[in-house]
Amino acid sequence: MTMQTKAILTDPLINKNPITLQILGVCSALAVTTKLAPALIMGLAVMVVLSISNVSISLIRKHIPGSIRIIVQMTIIASLVIIVDQFLKAYAYELSKQLSVFIGLIITNCIVMGRAEAFAMHNPPTASFLDGLGHAMGYGLILVIVAVVRELLGSGTLLDYTVLPLVKDGGWYEPNGLMLLAPGAFFIIGLLIWAIRTWKPDQVEKPEYQIHMVHRTEIM
Amino acid sequence: MAESLSTSTHKGLLALPNDDKRKIIFVATALCLVCSVLVSTAAVTLRTLQENNAQNARKMEILKVAGLHSPGEDVDAYFNQHVQTKMVDLNSGNYIENFDVATFDERKAAREHDSSIELQAEQDIAGIKRRTNYVRVYLIPDQQGKINKIVLPVHGYGLWSTMYGFLALSADGRTIAGLTFYEHAETAGLGAEITNAKWLAQFPGKQALDPQGRPLIRVNKGPVNSDDTEANYLVDGISGATLTSIGVTNLMHFWLGELGFGPYLGKLNQLAQPNNG
Repeated sequence: MTMQTKAILTDPLINKNPITLQILGVCSALAVTTKLAPALIMGLAVMVVLSISNVSISLIRKHIPGSIRIIVQMTIIASLVIIVDQFLKAYAYELSKQLSVFIGLIITNCIVMGRAEAFAMHNPPTASFLDGLGHAMGYGLILVIVAVVRELLGSGTLLDYTVLPLVKDGGWYEPNGLMLLAPGAFFIIGLLIWAIRTWKPDQVEKPEYQIHMVHRTEIM
Repeated sequence: MAESLSTSTHKGLLALPNDDKRKIIFVATALCLVCSVLVSTAAVTLRTLQENNAQNARKMEILKVAGLHSPGEDVDAYFNQHVQTKMVDLNSGNYIENFDVATFDERKAAREHDSSIELQAEQDIAGIKRRTNYVRVYLIPDQQGKINKIVLPVHGYGLWSTMYGFLALSADGRTIAGLTFYEHAETAGLGAEITNAKWLAQFPGKQALDPQGRPLIRVNKGPVNSDDTEANYLVDGISGATLTSIGVTNLMHFWLGELGFGPYLGKLNQLAQPNNG
């Protein structure tokens, strides 16, 4: 693997992470991360959809008319999402019930559309595949981190195995209810962004506008 | 995808510039065809598996609520061996014989006007709008073939969603033998605690009806004081899920009441004799 193709795959993990740098896909990152198992399945589902949609769009990119390109991308993505949803209902029934509408909402996940429009429309299939895979892994990585924190602090379990015995079951850990609600995920994602940008200061955005300090005498 | 279609017949169309109207229509049509074939193939080939999953999940819930499920067994065979499915006419409270119970769909029946009734606002405490006239009940006989438990399907609105579940009663039709919910979309960690096994474990042994046959079972606000004269009819509320708890109380009251299984439960003792004596 050359340096360039490797970068396509690994850059979205931290350096160009879709959630923490591009702030995309936050809605589902809040919704499916109360427990680790659904977060893992969601990560996998996005991986399948994103890599196949990128490859398909890249294959036909030279024939997609500019005027209907968004609809063409949406049709491909939506079809893939429905197929993934059907497979989950057939082979992972319990988890598909927990994920309910959020698999269907992958269609509206900005990361999928974003990669189709920004990368797959202009790059060959192999590179598009790696780009899709990389971004899905970057998305999945954040999902897993958030889900581990939320499940551990919110329910005292990991993948439903008790790690911190709860007070109500005779243990010592009083679970943090905030972690089970959406704001808990917001805080964790916020802290993650803070941590990553402290580690890699080049991710910090420059202020777009700064108030210019004017001395009183200048106005008068 | 479309590149594979670029055989001799389509060469002409694909060679057109991308903004040509004919090409736009061709690409759109080809894409729709390919995608719809893929989607429908997946849906059709996986349908039996999915329906089996949903049915098995429901059967597991019925077995679980009746205290029967032993993991690892073939759910279908075990269910057929231990559970009798009967159709009840809710208006009269009688069993309907010769009804094809296997393919009946209560939710579909509740939507159609000739197989359901519309509920007035004051009747509709469970928030279900329409109620089916016919419903399946599940009878669990003991070793001697005498009915031991009855499992009734129940549903009602919680905070966000309709909660679907099963209520198991002992043969007297009053004492609760179990409660379970198999479908809902309440808040994870709060309202969703209605599926928590420890919370549900409070129900068995509680009285659903008072001696006059009125539904009295209730989810309390906060923990139940065991000195309470009504403690026999109360279970602990779920903290942070007051509205979901009220929803559970309401759906129990509706389905145990006159518009629900009330007439059927009233006749239960007479019905049990001729059919299963």
